Amino acid sequence: MAQATPNTQKSKSRIGKLVSNVTFWRGVVAILVFLALWEIGAQWKGWFGYMMPFVGKVAPPTDVIAIWMEVGQQPGYWLSWWLSSVRVFVGFLAAMIIGIPFGLAMAVNKYFRGIFFPPFEILRPIPPLAWVPASIIFWPTTEMSIMFITFLGAFYTIVINVLGGARSIDVQYLRAAQSMGASQWDLFYKIILPGTLPSIFVGAAVGMGITWEVVLAGEMMSGGGQQGGGGLGFFIWGSYMGGVMDQVIVGMISIGVAGYISSSLIRYLGHVCMPWRRMF
Amino acid sequence: MNTASAQANSTSSADAATKGAISIRNVTKIYDPDGVNVLAVEDCSIEIAPGEVCMIVGPSGCGKTTLLNAIAGFHSITSGQIDLDGEMLCGPGKPLADQGADRVVVFQNGALFPWKTLADNVAYGPIVQGTMTKAEAYGKAVDMLAEAGLSGVAGKYPGEVSSGMARRAEIVRALINDPKVLLLDEPYRAMDALTKSIMHESLLEVYDRTKVTIFFITHDLEEAIFLGDRVIVMTTRPARTKKIVDVKIERPRDYRLLSSEEFRVLVEETKGAVHEEAVKAFEAGERELA
Amino acid sequence: MSDRDVATQGPSGLSLFLYKTKKSFGTPMPYLAFVGIGLWLFTYWLLNEQLKISPFNKIPGPAEVLTEWFSQDPIWGTSLFTEDYWQNIKASCLRILIAFSLATGLGVPLGLFMGWSKKFKDYTFPVLELLRPIPILAWVPLSIVMFQSFEAPILFLATLASFFVTTLNTMLGVQSIDESYFRAAGCLGSKRRHVFIHVVLPGSLPFVFTGLQISIGVAWFSLVAAEMISGEFGLGYMINASYMVNKYVTMVMAMLTLGFVGWITSAMVRAAGSQMMQWREKALGQGGA
Ligand SMILES: Nc1ncnc2c1ncn2[C@@H]1O[C@H](COP(=O)(O)OP(=O)(O)OP(=O)(O)O)[C@@H](O)[C@H]1O
Ligand SMILES: [Mg+2]
Repeated sequence: MAQATPNTQKSKSRIGKLVSNVTFWRGVVAILVFLALWEIGAQWKGWFGYMMPFVGKVAPPTDVIAIWMEVGQQPGYWLSWWLSSVRVFVGFLAAMIIGIPFGLAMAVNKYFRGIFFPPFEILRPIPPLAWVPASIIFWPTTEMSIMFITFLGAFYTIVINVLGGARSIDVQYLRAAQSMGASQWDLFYKIILPGTLPSIFVGAAVGMGITWEVVLAGEMMSGGGQQGGGGLGFFIWGSYMGGVMDQVIVGMISIGVAGYISSSLIRYLGHVCMPWRRMF
Repeated sequence: MNTASAQANSTSSADAATKGAISIRNVTKIYDPDGVNVLAVEDCSIEIAPGEVCMIVGPSGCGKTTLLNAIAGFHSITSGQIDLDGEMLCGPGKPLADQGADRVVVFQNGALFPWKTLADNVAYGPIVQGTMTKAEAYGKAVDMLAEAGLSGVAGKYPGEVSSGMARRAEIVRALINDPKVLLLDEPYRAMDALTKSIMHESLLEVYDRTKVTIFFITHDLEEAIFLGDRVIVMTTRPARTKKIVDVKIERPRDYRLLSSEEFRVLVEETKGAVHEEAVKAFEAGERELA
Repeated sequence: MSDRDVATQGPSGLSLFLYKTKKSFGTPMPYLAFVGIGLWLFTYWLLNEQLKISPFNKIPGPAEVLTEWFSQDPIWGTSLFTEDYWQNIKASCLRILIAFSLATGLGVPLGLFMGWSKKFKDYTFPVLELLRPIPILAWVPLSIVMFQSFEAPILFLATLASFFVTTLNTMLGVQSIDESYFRAAGCLGSKRRHVFIHVVLPGSLPFVFTGLQISIGVAWFSLVAAEMISGEFGLGYMINASYMVNKYVTMVMAMLTLGFVGWITSAMVRAAGSQMMQWREKALGQGGA
């Protein structure tokens, strides 16, 4: 009986690989079906003379790809990528730089938390986009106001995650370290900070998603702005105003890709910083 | 072949019991996660008589749970056959046994549904099987819980009661289905000695009343001998039977047994066999690491 | 067994609440909160209405907003006592109600099936993941073109956003259920539908409600955006419209109202969650296993 095992091993490992591929191929089929339905729905009018509801008004994927090829050759399109990315990056970085210490301070000191958490909680339910007009009034340039709401979008998420992460650290670790004579600073630096790292990254990943959402809104609402201008949000809004609907979809996909790349980047950084942990 | 004779031990329990004979014959189980084969159980044969309390001990990772899962129908076997009262559960052409209420499992970490009260948990089986109406099942559940000393907490959720109470309720949940076999996988592992001894007495009391066949996995040798009619010591992976210890101690048993000479001797006898296998398992682990 | 005597009735909801409230006043926390909020309002007032420092004084100060808010005869035309204030709140809440119900009604069943059946997940999840990275706001022009009305695009945007969140969390919820509950159900003689009703459904509830908490926040987020860009009523519209005609006091009022209403709705979702998960509440309350 034992002799039979090596044989089965080989054939089964191949089957194992095939099984893991089934999921992949199903995904491919699902996406192809989705694209096909979209294409057919959008083309229905041209082919059969009857406009499908909803989908009929959307540009078909083939048109979108065609116009993407065209747009991709214009520097303006890539400038939009650049402008939006800079805004996201600045707002996000500011949120990290201010949010992490703020969250940690609230976690370690209960008086600090008692004073600062309530106002924070009062402001938090106001969606970041509701700040757009106020921010435009307050900040001297449109650029700065877009960056400010970008900051705001990521800030709440990061603070909440850091606070939750630091407070969920097992008290036993702290006791153990204290009993070994660790100073307050040691406790903070050696236990609380690394213990909070996973939540910081989760907060950052979520915050990044919100940031792209907010930057888009800022760009759309400020109408591109006089000084600021551009960005993928404006690209979408401008295309819509100009009635170029296939270009709107190019913009939508572009910003989806941009958001996806940035969160992958954060996930990658998380792996690098915390090799001991499998995130997400 | 390590087939054990079922007749050898029909000392005290088999008088009333007529159902629940398990016959495990030449069972082999190979896991293969991602093409890496793990031979967990090899050519293992055990015969369990109706109404027997069969205790399984063996080194960690030797394949005890694998055997239990095969009987319960949680996963398939690679070859061999398992019968229950002469009917094939799994075997050639049917690697996976059907799950059914004739073989109810009590899990190591407890698997009472936390979202149902104890009474609802107990009443669950008869209701989904359609053997009782809701009212009947609920009434019976409350009665049975009371019998087990849990009348005051029938309306509580599992999260609200102690782990000992929860485990007793879980056994009641199994028994209400009138199963042929009770399968227990280290049910008292995480408990302190005191709670454990209460659990043992309560299980013995239940057994004396129902004479249900019990397949009980444990690491605790004293527990094995205190509760069992037979203790089967398994080898390190792949699991086979190494030694069978017959416990010919009268029932009903109580805690005084623990200090008797007879008990001591049996524990020593078993300990020797288990220790030998544990050393082998440890060395095998060292080899794998090297 | 002596355990029988242990089972006494626990404290009732109200007395527990009173006890907790009383206990919390024994700690410095409520006083600190008072200080914190006071300090924050004072700083705002100082910079804005007292010292009138440059960018701060562009935004209306706390005293100005509060007097206007509670004024019978508001200078800028909107306060607690005017009809349009309540009309805007009502419009937004109605939209949230519709969008949230739609998203929950679609997302929870879809997520349950995705978590339950591997095959179903294999075919649906990739499409969901393909669409999810696209920010909701990017859908605005497309939804306007697709629906060609005022109301439908707004509802569509708010629904879409919370739909993604709800579906995903529900799916994760099902996947988080411990295998042993499925096994226990199996060996107690359950059929597939019993497993669905008695294990999948209640077992995923904690995740579902976490998802719904986030989902209602996301719904507000998108609703406000949609209302600001295209709308004729609602709090988002109120913010943008007052900004356009320089009624900054009304704008700040709308922002604060928005925060308050949003907070109430998520408290309602939380309360519904505790109500539906008594087993969890009680276990946590007793510090049991
Ligand atoms: N699903 C699985 N896939 C691959 N290998 C498995 C799987 N389940 C168990 N094994 C392996 O099979 C062997 C036997 O496992 P099993 O759980 O039956 O041991 P056990 O005797 O119950 O151990 P313990 O006393 O620790 O509970 C172990 O080496 C384990 O690593
Ligand atoms: Mg085991």
